[in-house]
Amino acid sequence: MLYGAKMAWRYLWSSPGQTVLLIAGVAAAVFIFIFMSALIGGLAELLVNRTIGNLAHVSVEAPDRALPVLVQQPGRQVLAMRQVSTRARLGLSAPASWEKILREFHEVETIAPKLVGGGVLIRGDVTRQVSINGLRPGHESSIIHFDRGMVAGSALLRGDGLLIGKKLADDLGIGVGRTLTLRADDGNETSLTVSGLFSLGVSQLDENSAFIEMGTAQALLDRPGRVSVIEIRLADLYAAPAMARRIHAATGLDATPWTDTNEELFEALKAQGNTGSILKVFAMITVVIGVASALMLTTFRRRSEIGIMRAFGAKRRFILYVFVLQGSLIGLAGGLAGAVLAIAALSPFPPIDQVQPGQLPVDLRQGAIGLAVLLTTLGATLAALLPARSASRLDPVDAIQQ
Amino acid sequence: MSQNHDQLLVVTDVHKVFGSEETATHVLKGISFTLYRGEMVALIGASGSGKSTLLNILGTLARPSAGQVMMLGKDLTDADDETLTDFRNHHIGFVFQFHHLLPEFTALENVVFPTAVREGRERTTAKERGTALLTLVGLDDRLHYRATQLSGGQKQRVAIARALMNQPELVLADEPTGNLDRASALQVMELLADINAESQTTFLISTHDDQIAARCSRQIVIQDGVIDA
Ligand SMILES: Nc1ncnc2c1ncn2[C@@H]1O[C@H](COP(=O)(O)OP(=O)(O)OP(=O)(O)O)[C@@H](O)[C@H]1O
Ligand SMILES: [Mg+2]
Repeated sequence: MLYGAKMAWRYLWSSPGQTVLLIAGVAAAVFIFIFMSALIGGLAELLVNRTIGNLAHVSVEAPDRALPVLVQQPGRQVLAMRQVSTRARLGLSAPASWEKILREFHEVETIAPKLVGGGVLIRGDVTRQVSINGLRPGHESSIIHFDRGMVAGSALLRGDGLLIGKKLADDLGIGVGRTLTLRADDGNETSLTVSGLFSLGVSQLDENSAFIEMGTAQALLDRPGRVSVIEIRLADLYAAPAMARRIHAATGLDATPWTDTNEELFEALKAQGNTGSILKVFAMITVVIGVASALMLTTFRRRSEIGIMRAFGAKRRFILYVFVLQGSLIGLAGGLAGAVLAIAALSPFPPIDQVQPGQLPVDLRQGAIGLAVLLTTLGATLAALLPARSASRLDPVDAIQQ
Repeated sequence: MSQNHDQLLVVTDVHKVFGSEETATHVLKGISFTLYRGEMVALIGASGSGKSTLLNILGTLARPSAGQVMMLGKDLTDADDETLTDFRNHHIGFVFQFHHLLPEFTALENVVFPTAVREGRERTTAKERGTALLTLVGLDDRLHYRATQLSGGQKQRVAIARALMNQPELVLADEPTGNLDRASALQVMELLADINAESQTTFLISTHDDQIAARCSRQIVIQDGVIDA
């Protein structure tokens, strides 16, 4: 169909002004498409980084032991009920086998167990209430990204190492290499050496948490071999609710998605994504309408030529091909031009984790550039199909005689 | 059968009705005639007598309301669009009153079209034949002129070259000189007569110009929807 391609090409460039204008219009729509994708994606990433960047996507815990059912007895009344969670005390035993099961889900990216308890950091006569977090060596930064926020020392934990926030360390008046005491709520004590200081910008973490090695934590909290929670990060964080259901169904354990505790954020991200989709759909509709109307005019203007071509042996599908191809070429050219424009315009924006307040969080990598070019080419081809079809079905006699 | 061998086109009782019911116009009312190979025939008739209608039917661009058209022993009356398109491409050439060249294409590209559209590309052999044909019609110095850069007479000569490109057995010319001044018109007729004399190509030329008709070997007159012998 080389010959058909030549005809299509020649027709396109017989009125260069109109064609360039058309391509520019398509390029503008594609630019909007890419810009919207990049902005919505970047905004979502920024929000997620800021709010749940250091949270698990799904937290897996032992189910709460069923509470005894209170039966109403005649003549008696229940005045008060107190529910006591048993899982905080017991935790999960044999975490390794649970982890093995969880690893079978291919959506799961990272698995990190954690043992949690309460305690006090003591340095001379200064004390600070902290939550004690036992982390497995090698998985320190799997959920909370210590590695991105280290101020001094290292994020790796071993033996008597202690990882705390810079602010907490300042409060206690210590630095890396110094020794202090951690006393658990039930009275056990251990001596630890500060091995790393971080600053994550989250006060709960920076001021009220102590991170120690898992084995040390289990000994201190008197729960050998147990963990409180297995934290999971997924490849797609929006899959968390569904994954949580599947994990619960498969293991019987309690699985809580991040969305349960951050429902508003989840809804906001969804609404934002929908807005973006609507804008993108409109951008594509613009492309389709533009290309269809331009080709409608072209086929009308070339009626007599189409009739002549048919008289001299051009089959219907040749005519169809010539005009559909014009649509595809416009779509492809406009798509590529729009992509180049978008890359040029969006490249100067800083990466999401370096966005300053007041700057647009635009993430070019989320611009769906390939998709934009593909959809545009497809859309323009489809748009061309209708006028091309009617061109191929022209009655040659009518067309020639006009 | 030997006399059949010389028959190119056999038209039997062809009718054409436009519209339906009350508005129906019965333009052709039983046309029958035969064209033989190598003939150059004039189709004469008043304006509105149905010359163009008949030529379109013979050229397989339109279908008769009734009757039969046989060309080269093939019944074309009920063939499908694809078959007819192929048949036209191989066996029939057209020259229209308003030349109808493809404006963005050069003279040579226009001439080569019937072969190129069949082969899917413009082969060198096709271009060579196209060049030879344009030389034959006296336009060897205008090969690469765009159609829009040619005069009326020149365009019509390009159209003639294009009609001959695929060496058709039949060329249908609908008032090929109707749009030209007398000198150019006679030139074009001269050319058609020469080509007819040198090749076995059959020409059916519609006209209402007696002088043009006189250049042909035979005349078919159409009047009131039938052939007037
Ligand atoms: N598509 C059509 N619908 C209805 N009537 C038509 C149609 N095409 C042609 N006619 C009618 O058929 C008759 C013959 O038309 P045609 O064009 O064949 O005449 P002609 O002999 O070629 O005339 P001219 O010498 O002016 O070209 C005319 O009366 C015309 O109005
Ligand atoms: Mg006519």
